[in-house]
Amino acid sequence: MSVVDERLNALRGAAPRKPHNARTLAALAANPGCLRRTLLDAAGIDKGQIAQGLGVRISIGQMSSIAIARGKGFEAKVKADGCAELLRLLREHIGLPVAEVHYHDLNPADTDDRITSRLRRSRHALRVSAESNEPTGTLFDHPILQLTVNGVQVRIEPDLIAFKLGNQFFIVEVKSFAILDGTADSGKVAAAAQQSAVYVLAMREMLQTAGLDPDMVSDQVVLVCPKDFSNHPVAELLDVRKQLATLKRQLDRMESVESVLRLVPPDLSFDLRLDDAGRPTRDPQELAAAVFQVTARYSPECLGACELGGVCRSEASGMVPVLGRVVREDLGGIDSIKEAVELATGLREPDAGQQQASDLLRRAYGMREAALGAVR
Amino acid sequence: MTVLTSLAKALAAYSMGPQRLTVFRHQYISSKPIVIVPLTLAGETNAPLAAMVGSDRARPTLIVTRQPRERAERLQFAGRLASELLFPIEMAAQRTQPTGPGPNARMRVVDAPQIWVPNPAGIEFVRTLGRMTRLRQIEGPWAVPKKVRDLGIWLTWFAEQAEFADTGALIAATQALAAVWATGQSDLEDGNLAAQMAWLDPPEGMDVASAVSRAENPQLCPPAGPTTDPTFDRLFLEPALRDLASARTPAAHSAVHRRLTAMLEEQMRPTWELVWTAIDLLLEVTEAPRVPKRWEQQRDRFTSFHQYVANGGNPQAKRDSAGRSAHRLAELEQRMAAFEAQRAYDDPLVIADYRLTGEAFAGQVVDVDATRRVPGLRRSVLRPLVTVATSDQVHLDVDQHVYDPARNGQQAVITSVNETEDGWRIELELQNQMGGGQTAKPGSVPLLGEEVTYTSVTETFVRRRPWPTREETPWTHGGPPPDSTPVVEDAAEDWS
Amino acid sequence: MTSPQERAEIKTAEILTAFTNGGRRGVVVDSPPGAGKSTLVGRIAAEIATAGDTVVVVAQTNAQVDDLVAKIATRLPGLIVGRLSRDGYLPPPTLLLPNVQVASRVDDLPDCRVVVGTAAKWAQVRSARTWPWAVVDEAYQMRSDLLLLIVPLFKQMLFVGDPGQLDPFSPIDGERWSGLPWDPMQSAVAVLLRNNPDIVPHELPVTWRLPASATRLVQTAFYPFSEFTPGTHDDERTIHVPTVGIRRTVADEVIDLAADTGWGFLELPHRNTLRTDAETVAATADVAVRLLQRGTETVCEHAPGGRRLTAARIAVGAAHRDQVAAITRALRARGEIADGIRVDTANRLQGAEFDITVILHPLSGRIDATPFHLTPGRLCVLASRHRHACIVVGRRGIPELLDAHPGTEPVHLKDFIKFPDGWEANQAVLAHLSNHRVSALH
Ligand code: SF4
Repeated sequence: MSVVDERLNALRGAAPRKPHNARTLAALAANPGCLRRTLLDAAGIDKGQIAQGLGVRISIGQMSSIAIARGKGFEAKVKADGCAELLRLLREHIGLPVAEVHYHDLNPADTDDRITSRLRRSRHALRVSAESNEPTGTLFDHPILQLTVNGVQVRIEPDLIAFKLGNQFFIVEVKSFAILDGTADSGKVAAAAQQSAVYVLAMREMLQTAGLDPDMVSDQVVLVCPKDFSNHPVAELLDVRKQLATLKRQLDRMESVESVLRLVPPDLSFDLRLDDAGRPTRDPQELAAAVFQVTARYSPECLGACELGGVCRSEASGMVPVLGRVVREDLGGIDSIKEAVELATGLREPDAGQQQASDLLRRAYGMREAALGAVR
Repeated sequence: MTVLTSLAKALAAYSMGPQRLTVFRHQYISSKPIVIVPLTLAGETNAPLAAMVGSDRARPTLIVTRQPRERAERLQFAGRLASELLFPIEMAAQRTQPTGPGPNARMRVVDAPQIWVPNPAGIEFVRTLGRMTRLRQIEGPWAVPKKVRDLGIWLTWFAEQAEFADTGALIAATQALAAVWATGQSDLEDGNLAAQMAWLDPPEGMDVASAVSRAENPQLCPPAGPTTDPTFDRLFLEPALRDLASARTPAAHSAVHRRLTAMLEEQMRPTWELVWTAIDLLLEVTEAPRVPKRWEQQRDRFTSFHQYVANGGNPQAKRDSAGRSAHRLAELEQRMAAFEAQRAYDDPLVIADYRLTGEAFAGQVVDVDATRRVPGLRRSVLRPLVTVATSDQVHLDVDQHVYDPARNGQQAVITSVNETEDGWRIELELQNQMGGGQTAKPGSVPLLGEEVTYTSVTETFVRRRPWPTREETPWTHGGPPPDSTPVVEDAAEDWS
Repeated sequence: MTSPQERAEIKTAEILTAFTNGGRRGVVVDSPPGAGKSTLVGRIAAEIATAGDTVVVVAQTNAQVDDLVAKIATRLPGLIVGRLSRDGYLPPPTLLLPNVQVASRVDDLPDCRVVVGTAAKWAQVRSARTWPWAVVDEAYQMRSDLLLLIVPLFKQMLFVGDPGQLDPFSPIDGERWSGLPWDPMQSAVAVLLRNNPDIVPHELPVTWRLPASATRLVQTAFYPFSEFTPGTHDDERTIHVPTVGIRRTVADEVIDLAADTGWGFLELPHRNTLRTDAETVAATADVAVRLLQRGTETVCEHAPGGRRLTAARIAVGAAHRDQVAAITRALRARGEIADGIRVDTANRLQGAEFDITVILHPLSGRIDATPFHLTPGRLCVLASRHRHACIVVGRRGIPELLDAHPGTEPVHLKDFIKFPDGWEANQAVLAHLSNHRVSALH
């Protein structure tokens, strides 16, 4: 085990490593500048548990059980009868000339089926397929993929299907949001595109490690969703080139964990010290102090993208970032709300670097007072 | 966003109290608003679960689907909502008055309906429910009652009106509030009606901070919808739906349904109250001078669309054709420009924004030549010169047209800009609204020493060739698209 | 090996034939910056007119129209050229030619063999007449809704434009049309190509403006799918700046570097600032003025013996209007020497050409980027106006800002995807600039 790994494990303490999945990897793009998140993610620490340990409610990642049930039902429908529906879509909507298709089930054989052996099976199946020139299409159901993140090999267990036709692999993403009259929620499509980009990249990495051409994996992803108000599937091609570029760059240039580790005290730990019943016994104040040792980069978007949103928000309370990115930009680099207000009202003299922002705020405040004077 | 808005947010956060963003309210508020608080079933495309509707805060109508997973029940829901909405629409349409004296006057409704929903997602609900119902047939194998299809046509109209900056037809409470007040939290958090109202109207005896924290707890403050709280789904809704499906007898079914209704009412009631309180708060803010005129235009739009529906007009197409989209874009742009200009002319805080960005200036008249004339096409014309001294940071240049909000947008052109010790001297040539006489009509030329404001913001109106109809779509835009009148497949559209 | 001139000539002839003999309703020509777009437009209009047909030229701004009218009228002394204008338009002195007629109604220009007007003006024309030929200049700056109105007036149309420039703009959120092949928010050419996949754009092969030092970067960063080459060699375009002995400032250093390599990046210390950051504005103005104070000379194919750089051959570019105003003020404060330097936003610098440009980097001093700042066209316009050198001024920290930028923009199904992505284009330019950096340390 490398020194870095050792330190990361020490940070996590006794808690089991939280596995990455495409959603967590795609979420890296949500706030790539945040060191706190980078470190916790690299150490495989469950951020949700940390938030709970601090007594802060988590606002994300909660899915309605009703929605989950429906999503599962939809996926089952798409995959029923050896993916009959899916094949129909691939033929009709995407124009792939699929004649006969092999189906390769890579789902866990039973509850004991270990992920490492599934990974081995997936890798093998994909490689054999990549090397063969067989013209018929092949569907791979639930392969396990692996991607190097921050020097750490991350296994991804996507709910996905890979499809090979001729010399091309396509990722098929089944999602349960609707495509209504050819349009869909742009936030959800974006999330799907980001996740697909993770799969494409992971699959490319797998092929490359096997000495095969990574470009066999297409950057066009097949998105399958319910059509309009029904639960009949419809498919749409999604171009994920931009998401791939973003992801690659973020993985490449992500602050290497090593340099982040250098910034934190050697004895730092986020161990929750769970008791036998799984309840954290660590003093919340002490835990908070540990979390705050690592610099965050809070913006309100965090509330919808990171389990620590509430934690970092209260930490940033009184600071300009809690008001939003635009406000932060408008106030020209002044960090504290109090300071901004005092500069605006003339209670405080600006530092050398604040003169310009202060002038602007003072003018704005003057106009505000003049205009509101009449109504008050 | 602008510096003034950002400053207001900072002030709000600092003082832990809301801060005004405008001096006036630029939104018309009906004397009889209709409020809809909708809830949908998670995981489906706009499957209606329940709605609280009405114009009477004390007596909302509660509509709860008998079985949200069944398509026929969704139609039933739409039918019941139609009964609630089509009636006030019809009532409004019946009361008309001429637009003016004389033979050319048209008829215009005296008042038009105005719908309120809690948030933008509520507008989306209206839009999608409209789409779900408007393309249905009222005859033939999958026929629905006419009122269901009409509801679809009207909901679509309301949702489309809501895309316009100056709309008064369908309003999201969070947006109407955010136009008037800044809170000390981000826009994102303001999107939660309860959290926003925690700043504006915290519960008796509670400070803003505790009110916000309470508002963010879905167990204490149910979300404003249409999406329900996942915990509520798991603990209450899912079991109730299961019981509903397994209820064998009508009596058992009714019992479960009563339980379901009660729990859904509990989820909607707080939001219902918040929307009404929001309306009350907004009513307390003085209406801006140009609001009635805009509402008059909205009444015209309602009148003519009602006419269209009454004459059996087709439901709106699924998507805009090339000509329709270009036409709509032009209208969106024009109405937005007009609204922005009107707001700026009406409201000193709005114009202050433009002053800060250099698109407006306020100052004192330091020189006037009120009788100046210049040669015109036939005879000389009156073109007074006015020089204004301002300390605003002006970014306007010579030849730029500017307008005087205090003189109904009187147009002037900048003839020179000179920097001085303490600001700028800007010389302007006045160009219109001075009457046809030898000398300017009284009050039309600013006096020496008068405080004046000029801005480059103005309403725009562009004259163009007519937009092509569907059939006239040119080759560059794909030629004429297929017909958009609803077909049988639309009527048979699966809702499960 | 053919010379650049020959290659450009062959391409022009090819385009001319494709348009006049190809029998197609539409022909598209993509032009990289400075590839002789308006020359092509003028030439094709002139050839059709000379052959005896009437041709309409559509441009996007009044300045572009005036420019084209003057060019075409000079080229065709024997034929009458019409300038379609708004009411009350006063032609500039350049248009006071015997063969130019001005009118606000197209029916008042019956004898004109060539009629030129803005797209907005043509969109108002209510004439029963149609024209056999139309050439649309700067077609990527025209919105597709406008195209909808003018197409019926013409039988065959040639669209010429620069795909790397700024897209047309609307304050409206156009989400409701996203993915539609006739999305009115898209450029005229984007919509035309989407609906007519059989039309393959021609590409002009040579940039006459950009020096060899800029062509590669501009091409890889902003035109990844095009191939164009500079019309000149490295040594055909040079800059001579008399050396300064004492009190050499950072402005001098960055000027010397740019004179040598064609690029310079004056990097100020990192700080989050307002858009109109006084220090950055001052540094930008200083560089522009220093270029003149030092008696810079440029040597090029037009002036092989060298010529003195004048204020009119310098442009200062920025992203925002308030920055332009602040720089203008800073230049004014530096005295008469700066008179005549063009200071403008990227929007308004489109199509213009200068010898040396000084740019305030759009992301300088910011905390986050926005889609406005990341639009590749904005940076592309700013980085491709110069014939000799481009000097960028900005605060440290822009690469970090880009890396921290959340990659979570909404995605629409079937949307028009534009490449390159602004984020990547920005990265490419920064990577290049990092090799031409002069740090201003305080
Ligand atoms: S919530 Fe905190 S840890 Fe998570 S991304 Fe935001 S700032 Fe970083």
